[in-house]
Amino acid sequence: MLKVFYCVLSRDITLALRRRTDVLTTLFFFIIVVSLFPLGVGSEREQLRMLGPGVVWVAALLASMLALERLFAADYDDGTLEQLLLTGQPLALLVLGKVVAHWLLTGLPLVLIAPLVAMQYHLSSTAIWVMMAALAIGTPVLSLIGAIGAALTLGLRGGGILLSLLILPLYVPVLVYGAGAVSVSAIEIADTQPYFYLLTAFLMGSSLLAPLAAAAALRISLE
Amino acid sequence: MMEFFSQGGYAGYVWGAFGMTFGLLLIEVLQLRSSRKTTLTRISRLLRLRAPRQAGAGPSMQRGTSGPTT
Amino acid sequence: MTINWFKFASPAAFYPIAGRLIPWFGRVALALVLIGLFWGFFLTADQLGGSNPQKEYYRIIYVHVPAAWMSMWLYLVLAGWSAIGLVFNTRLSFMMAKAVAPTGAIFTFLALWTGALWGRPSWGTYWDWDPRLTSELLLFFLYIGYIALHSAIDDTRRADRAAALLAIVGLVMVPVIFLSINCPDPNQCAALHQRSDPGSIHLSILIPMLTMTLGLWSYSFAAVFARLRTIILTREADHAWVSDVIAKEATA
Repeated sequence: MLKVFYCVLSRDITLALRRRTDVLTTLFFFIIVVSLFPLGVGSEREQLRMLGPGVVWVAALLASMLALERLFAADYDDGTLEQLLLTGQPLALLVLGKVVAHWLLTGLPLVLIAPLVAMQYHLSSTAIWVMMAALAIGTPVLSLIGAIGAALTLGLRGGGILLSLLILPLYVPVLVYGAGAVSVSAIEIADTQPYFYLLTAFLMGSSLLAPLAAAAALRISLE
Repeated sequence: MMEFFSQGGYAGYVWGAFGMTFGLLLIEVLQLRSSRKTTLTRISRLLRLRAPRQAGAGPSMQRGTSGPTT
Repeated sequence: MTINWFKFASPAAFYPIAGRLIPWFGRVALALVLIGLFWGFFLTADQLGGSNPQKEYYRIIYVHVPAAWMSMWLYLVLAGWSAIGLVFNTRLSFMMAKAVAPTGAIFTFLALWTGALWGRPSWGTYWDWDPRLTSELLLFFLYIGYIALHSAIDDTRRADRAAALLAIVGLVMVPVIFLSINCPDPNQCAALHQRSDPGSIHLSILIPMLTMTLGLWSYSFAAVFARLRTIILTREADHAWVSDVIAKEATA
């Protein structure tokens, strides 16, 4: 069982590392969106400090959603996905492998670059640590929930824009508590605890349910 | 009478809410009616197109997935 | 006596039943709405409450609350038929789900619209990020997502099943979304909306409100069945029974 998971994971990562620009595109999209906000709303320090957590999280939402389109698309185009369906291995596990690989390539870079963009918003060093932790727990949830949408919109015209319509409303809880944790950390660091409990609960729940739903969606799309 | 229509000076809010509600429901009813009518005419046109062919080539059009299924 | 419910699951069997039910639901809806409106506008006080009274604009309650209730109830119905369709693989369930969606979206929009018109005189603003209004907005997005996904897929079977799965995923997420909107700070939950405890509402207001709700409920039946009949005809155009129906309706 674990071998199947590991197999899909290493395959996807190897493939992606041969085309490194895809990974970098997502990352730079994130950086550009975050950098544009101060140009739009003004560069006053206090204001930026207040907006920072929300802006970074919304940008993370958009970046991870844009990357989702490619989650199954390449495998769908060359027929690999159909082969995966026929292997007889549990499809949910294969999906989980693909999602984990996808997160390592698109989510993890966002977590690592977060301190840099947080500095653009004059966030304190505690807030930066909290933001990294929240992103590290929250972005996998985004990838997991997004996988369902990616599987449902597989091979459709205008799939990307449709995907955003389906998935963004479902991202709300992660956005609220992810950005909330960072905002609260500026006042009292101990108050962030319930936020992290909730985010962790989302991660647990979605890692159990989302692969099953995404697998069902893949079966529907490929039937 | 005027007193009733002015709703204590809040006519815009009250009638705006009730007007939009019943206006939208009316539009929905009219839309349902017209879509039913267009569907009926379209299918009857399709059936008329197929009728002569069916007589000659056997009942191949009885069921099956061909034809417009939107 | 046992009834074989699956007999009614055939579109051909349900089509005439729905046709006979629509006028009745329509009449009941019209009667209830008229009673509710008459009661609400003529038999209740012009103002509500003591020290800080809600003036005549509180009457928006007679459409706002019923529309909001219907929008949530219809989403449950939509997800319910979707689940039944996926489990039992019955075509009619998917058609039912598809027929419910537009009516549900309309009620969601109406809840938002009437909420805005009520918020302006009572809160001083058309829109506030009040938990319940925001939840209603998110519900509207869920309806739009369902409709968009269904219409983006050409293959009927795939469209039905994909949209059904989306509806169920949405239903699972709804409690979490509502929680996050209601309690953005998990240490304390606060809301602008008054606590709605049906017991605290005056009976003379509660009765027309419930009458209107039942009226809109009955209306939903009529509208959904009417849309369902059109969907059935379009999808079953190749079946023999449809040509009989068309022949009959053409003469009538």
